[in-house]
Amino acid sequence: MLLIHCPYCNQTLPELEFTYAGEAHIARPADPSSVSDEEWRDFLFIRTNVKGPHYERWRHFHGCGRYFNAVRDTVSDRFLITYKTDDPRPELSKLLEKSK
Amino acid sequence: MTVLTHAFTPGPIVASGQVKLTLMAPVARFSLRLRAANIPAVSKAIGVDLATTVGARAANGTTESICLGPDEWLIIAKPDDTETVTNACADVYASATHSLTEVSAREVTVRIEGERASELLTIGCPRDIDSIPVGGGCRTVIDGVTVVLWRDAEQSFRMDIWRSFALHIIDLLCTGCKEFAAE
Repeated sequence: MLLIHCPYCNQTLPELEFTYAGEAHIARPADPSSVSDEEWRDFLFIRTNVKGPHYERWRHFHGCGRYFNAVRDTVSDRFLITYKTDDPRPELSKLLEKSK
Repeated sequence: MTVLTHAFTPGPIVASGQVKLTLMAPVARFSLRLRAANIPAVSKAIGVDLATTVGARAANGTTESICLGPDEWLIIAKPDDTETVTNACADVYASATHSLTEVSAREVTVRIEGERASELLTIGCPRDIDSIPVGGGCRTVIDGVTVVLWRDAEQSFRMDIWRSFALHIIDLLCTGCKEFAAE
Protein backbone atom coordinates (compact mmCIF):
# COMPACT_ATOMS: atom_id res chain seq x y z
CA MET A 1 0.00 0.00 0.00
CA LEU A 2 1.18 3.53 -0.77
CA LEU A 3 2.04 5.72 2.17
CA ILE A 4 1.18 9.37 1.57
CA HIS A 5 2.35 12.33 3.60
CA CYS A 6 -0.51 14.73 4.38
CA PRO A 7 0.95 18.25 4.62
CA TYR A 8 -1.93 19.39 6.84
CA CYS A 9 -1.84 16.50 9.34
CA ASN A 10 1.95 16.31 8.98
CA GLN A 11 1.75 12.53 9.12
CA THR A 12 2.51 9.78 6.65
CA LEU A 13 -0.64 7.70 6.33
CA PRO A 14 -2.02 4.78 4.32
CA GLU A 15 -3.37 5.40 0.85
CA LEU A 16 -6.85 4.14 1.87
CA GLU A 17 -7.48 7.40 3.73
CA PHE A 18 -6.92 9.42 0.56
CA THR A 19 -8.69 9.99 -2.73
CA TYR A 20 -7.13 11.07 -6.00
CA ALA A 21 -8.41 14.32 -7.43
CA GLY A 22 -6.87 14.80 -10.86
CA GLU A 23 -4.14 17.02 -12.22
CA ALA A 24 -3.00 19.99 -10.15
CA HIS A 25 -2.38 23.64 -11.05
CA ILE A 26 -5.24 23.91 -13.52
CA ALA A 27 -6.59 27.41 -13.10
CA ARG A 28 -10.18 28.14 -14.00
CA PRO A 29 -10.31 31.04 -16.47
CA ALA A 30 -11.02 34.27 -14.60
CA ASP A 31 -13.71 35.24 -17.09
CA PRO A 32 -15.23 32.03 -18.52
CA SER A 33 -17.60 33.80 -20.92
CA SER A 34 -14.72 35.46 -22.77
CA VAL A 35 -12.76 32.30 -23.63
CA SER A 36 -13.21 30.41 -26.87
CA ASP A 37 -14.84 26.99 -27.06
CA GLU A 38 -11.43 25.40 -27.66
CA GLU A 39 -9.91 27.05 -24.60
CA TRP A 40 -12.87 25.99 -22.48
CA ARG A 41 -12.62 22.42 -23.80
CA ASP A 42 -8.91 22.39 -22.92
CA PHE A 43 -9.65 23.68 -19.43
CA LEU A 44 -12.32 21.04 -18.85
CA PHE A 45 -10.88 17.96 -20.48
CA ILE A 46 -7.35 18.21 -21.83
CA ARG A 47 -4.75 16.90 -19.40
CA THR A 48 -1.05 16.27 -19.79
CA ASN A 49 -1.19 12.52 -19.01
CA VAL A 50 2.53 12.44 -18.35
CA LYS A 51 4.66 9.35 -18.02
CA GLY A 52 6.91 10.23 -15.11
CA PRO A 53 6.60 12.97 -12.46
CA HIS A 54 3.04 14.24 -12.40
CA TYR A 55 1.66 17.25 -10.51
CA GLU A 56 -1.62 16.09 -9.08
CA ARG A 57 -4.22 16.77 -6.41
CA TRP A 58 -5.12 14.42 -3.60
CA ARG A 59 -7.65 14.70 -0.82
CA HIS A 60 -7.22 13.40 2.71
CA PHE A 61 -10.81 12.24 2.59
CA HIS A 62 -10.94 10.03 5.69
CA GLY A 63 -8.87 12.45 7.76
CA CYS A 64 -8.55 16.20 7.77
CA GLY A 65 -10.62 16.42 4.58
CA ARG A 66 -8.17 18.80 2.91
CA TYR A 67 -7.10 18.86 -0.71
CA PHE A 68 -3.36 19.12 -1.27
CA ASN A 69 -0.93 18.80 -4.15
CA ALA A 70 1.62 16.09 -4.82
CA VAL A 71 4.24 15.18 -7.35
CA ARG A 72 4.09 11.47 -8.06
CA ASP A 73 6.02 9.46 -10.57
CA THR A 74 3.33 7.71 -12.62
CA VAL A 75 5.75 4.93 -13.54
CA SER A 76 7.08 3.99 -10.11
CA ASP A 77 4.16 5.39 -8.04
CA ARG A 78 6.75 7.11 -5.90
CA PHE A 79 5.77 10.42 -4.30
CA LEU A 80 8.48 13.04 -4.74
CA ILE A 81 6.73 15.61 -2.55
CA THR A 82 3.35 16.63 -1.17
CA TYR A 83 2.59 20.26 -0.43
CA LYS A 84 -0.27 22.51 0.62
CA THR A 85 -2.62 23.86 -2.03
CA ASP A 86 -1.48 27.45 -1.60
CA ASP A 87 2.23 26.61 -1.78
CA PRO A 88 4.01 27.45 -5.05
CA ARG A 89 4.54 24.71 -7.59
CA PRO A 90 7.92 23.12 -6.74
CA GLU A 91 10.52 22.96 -9.48
CA LEU A 92 10.88 19.50 -10.91
CA SER A 93 14.65 19.62 -11.37
CA LYS A 94 15.18 20.29 -7.65
CA LEU A 95 12.80 17.47 -6.69
CA LEU A 96 14.55 15.00 -8.94
CA GLU A 97 17.92 16.01 -7.54
CA LYS A 98 16.65 15.58 -3.99
CA SER A 99 15.20 12.16 -4.69
CA LYS A 100 18.49 10.79 -6.03
CA MET B 1 -41.86 -0.78 2.21
CA THR B 2 -39.67 -2.16 4.91
CA VAL B 3 -38.27 0.42 7.26
CA LEU B 4 -35.40 -0.76 9.37
CA THR B 5 -34.91 1.16 12.55
CA HIS B 6 -32.48 0.66 15.34
CA ALA B 7 -32.81 2.19 18.75
CA PHE B 8 -29.11 1.99 19.62
CA THR B 9 -29.80 1.25 23.27
CA PRO B 10 -26.66 2.01 25.27
CA GLY B 11 -25.13 -0.97 26.99
CA PRO B 12 -22.68 -3.82 26.56
CA ILE B 13 -22.37 -5.37 23.10
CA VAL B 14 -19.58 -7.82 23.86
CA ALA B 15 -19.31 -8.14 27.61
CA SER B 16 -16.54 -10.67 28.10
CA GLY B 17 -13.36 -11.79 26.47
CA GLN B 18 -10.15 -10.06 25.54
CA VAL B 19 -11.95 -7.04 24.11
CA LYS B 20 -15.16 -5.54 25.43
CA LEU B 21 -17.50 -3.46 23.32
CA THR B 22 -19.97 -1.06 24.88
CA LEU B 23 -22.43 1.24 23.18
CA MET B 24 -22.09 4.51 25.05
CA ALA B 25 -24.84 6.84 26.20
CA PRO B 26 -25.75 9.69 23.83
CA VAL B 27 -23.74 12.89 24.10
CA ALA B 28 -24.05 16.33 22.56
CA ARG B 29 -21.82 16.67 19.50
CA PHE B 30 -20.91 19.79 17.58
CA SER B 31 -18.98 20.35 14.41
CA LEU B 32 -17.00 23.58 14.70
CA ARG B 33 -15.29 25.35 11.83
CA LEU B 34 -13.33 28.57 12.22
CA ARG B 35 -10.27 30.50 11.13
CA ALA B 36 -7.09 30.58 13.19
CA ALA B 37 -7.57 34.22 14.24
CA ASN B 38 -10.82 33.38 16.03
CA ILE B 39 -9.56 30.37 17.98
CA PRO B 40 -8.82 32.24 21.26
CA ALA B 41 -12.25 33.90 21.41
CA VAL B 42 -14.19 30.70 20.67
CA SER B 43 -11.96 28.66 23.01
CA LYS B 44 -12.82 31.09 25.79
CA ALA B 45 -16.52 30.89 25.01
CA ILE B 46 -16.61 27.07 25.07
CA GLY B 47 -14.19 26.86 27.99
CA VAL B 48 -11.87 24.45 26.18
CA ASP B 49 -8.51 25.51 24.72
CA LEU B 50 -8.90 24.27 21.15
CA ALA B 51 -5.78 22.44 20.01
CA THR B 52 -4.32 23.46 16.66
CA THR B 53 -2.52 20.22 15.79
CA VAL B 54 -4.61 17.72 13.83
CA GLY B 55 -5.42 14.81 16.14
CA ALA B 56 -4.79 16.70 19.38
CA ARG B 57 -7.46 16.85 22.05
CA ALA B 58 -8.39 19.25 24.83
CA ALA B 59 -10.94 18.91 27.58
CA ASN B 60 -12.53 20.83 30.40
CA GLY B 61 -14.63 18.64 32.67
CA THR B 62 -17.12 16.81 30.50
CA THR B 63 -16.62 19.06 27.49
CA GLU B 64 -14.06 17.65 25.09
CA SER B 65 -12.65 18.74 21.78
CA ILE B 66 -10.55 17.13 19.11
CA CYS B 67 -8.92 18.89 16.19
CA LEU B 68 -9.94 17.02 13.03
CA GLY B 69 -8.49 19.36 10.42
CA PRO B 70 -6.65 22.67 10.18
CA ASP B 71 -9.93 24.55 10.63
CA GLU B 72 -12.22 21.86 12.00
CA TRP B 73 -13.00 20.61 15.50
CA LEU B 74 -15.43 18.15 17.02
CA ILE B 75 -16.86 19.18 20.39
CA ILE B 76 -18.41 16.65 22.76
CA ALA B 77 -20.45 17.68 25.79
CA LYS B 78 -23.07 16.38 28.18
CA PRO B 79 -26.54 16.45 26.56
CA ASP B 80 -27.61 18.94 29.26
CA ASP B 81 -24.88 21.35 28.10
CA THR B 82 -26.16 21.60 24.52
CA GLU B 83 -27.69 25.00 25.04
CA THR B 84 -24.78 26.27 27.11
CA VAL B 85 -22.34 25.59 24.29
CA THR B 86 -24.68 26.91 21.60
CA ASN B 87 -25.39 30.12 23.50
CA ALA B 88 -21.76 30.70 24.47
CA CYS B 89 -20.72 30.49 20.84
CA ALA B 90 -23.63 32.63 19.66
CA ASP B 91 -22.52 35.35 22.08
CA VAL B 92 -19.07 35.68 20.48
CA TYR B 93 -20.27 35.20 16.91
CA ALA B 94 -20.29 38.92 16.07
CA SER B 95 -16.59 39.36 16.89
CA ALA B 96 -15.34 35.83 16.15
CA THR B 97 -17.09 34.43 13.09
CA HIS B 98 -17.39 30.66 13.10
CA SER B 99 -19.71 27.84 12.20
CA LEU B 100 -21.10 25.69 14.99
CA THR B 101 -23.45 22.90 13.98
CA GLU B 102 -25.07 20.50 16.36
CA VAL B 103 -24.60 16.96 15.06
CA SER B 104 -25.57 15.00 18.19
CA ALA B 105 -27.80 12.56 16.33
CA ARG B 106 -25.29 11.91 13.57
CA GLU B 107 -23.13 9.38 15.35
CA VAL B 108 -23.12 6.72 18.00
CA THR B 109 -20.07 5.95 20.09
CA VAL B 110 -18.69 2.52 20.87
CA ARG B 111 -16.17 1.98 23.64
CA ILE B 112 -13.54 -0.61 22.67
CA GLU B 113 -11.41 -1.77 25.56
CA GLY B 114 -9.49 -4.79 26.71
CA GLU B 115 -6.03 -6.26 26.37
CA ARG B 116 -6.28 -6.66 22.59
CA ALA B 117 -8.34 -3.56 21.74
CA SER B 118 -5.73 -1.99 19.47
CA GLU B 119 -5.28 -5.30 17.68
CA LEU B 120 -9.04 -5.55 17.11
CA LEU B 121 -9.04 -2.21 15.31
CA THR B 122 -6.65 -3.53 12.70
CA ILE B 123 -9.52 -5.66 11.38
CA GLY B 124 -10.53 -2.73 9.20
CA CYS B 125 -8.41 0.28 10.06
CA PRO B 126 -5.35 0.75 7.83
CA ARG B 127 -3.77 3.41 10.03
CA ASP B 128 -0.97 2.35 12.35
CA ILE B 129 -2.90 2.28 15.64
CA ASP B 130 0.35 2.54 17.63
CA SER B 131 0.95 5.95 16.04
CA ILE B 132 -2.10 7.38 17.83
CA PRO B 133 -0.89 8.69 21.20
CA VAL B 134 -2.83 8.03 24.41
CA GLY B 135 -4.96 11.13 24.94
CA GLY B 136 -5.03 11.78 21.21
CA GLY B 137 -7.26 10.72 18.40
CA CYS B 138 -7.90 11.02 14.71
CA ARG B 139 -10.48 10.80 12.01
CA THR B 140 -9.71 7.73 9.98
CA VAL B 141 -11.38 4.93 8.08
CA ILE B 142 -12.48 1.45 9.09
CA ASP B 143 -13.73 -0.88 6.36
CA GLY B 144 -14.57 2.06 4.12
CA VAL B 145 -16.42 4.06 6.77
CA THR B 146 -15.11 7.34 8.16
CA VAL B 147 -14.93 7.26 11.96
CA VAL B 148 -13.43 9.37 14.70
CA LEU B 149 -11.18 7.38 16.98
CA TRP B 150 -10.32 8.62 20.48
CA ARG B 151 -7.55 6.86 22.36
CA ASP B 152 -8.24 7.25 26.07
CA ALA B 153 -5.74 4.70 27.37
CA GLU B 154 -3.26 2.26 25.89
CA GLN B 155 -6.05 -0.29 25.30
CA SER B 156 -9.18 1.83 25.54
CA PHE B 157 -10.71 3.58 22.55
CA ARG B 158 -13.90 5.38 21.67
CA MET B 159 -15.13 5.20 18.11
CA ASP B 160 -17.69 7.67 16.79
CA ILE B 161 -19.54 6.04 13.90
CA TRP B 162 -22.21 7.60 11.71
CA ARG B 163 -25.51 5.94 12.66
CA SER B 164 -26.26 4.53 9.23
CA PHE B 165 -22.90 2.73 9.17
CA ALA B 166 -22.85 1.80 12.85
CA LEU B 167 -24.55 -1.59 12.57
CA HIS B 168 -22.08 -2.68 9.92
CA ILE B 169 -19.03 -1.55 11.88
CA ILE B 170 -20.31 -2.98 15.16
CA ASP B 171 -20.96 -6.29 13.38
CA LEU B 172 -17.42 -6.22 12.05
CA LEU B 173 -15.97 -5.57 15.51
CA CYS B 174 -18.11 -8.38 16.96
CA THR B 175 -16.71 -10.71 14.31
CA GLY B 176 -13.20 -9.74 15.43
CA CYS B 177 -14.11 -10.43 19.06
CA LYS B 178 -15.40 -13.89 18.08
CA GLU B 179 -12.17 -14.59 16.23
CA PHE B 180 -10.19 -13.72 19.35
CA ALA B 181 -12.46 -15.96 21.44
CA ALA B 182 -12.03 -18.85 18.99
CA GLU B 183 -8.23 -18.74 19.09
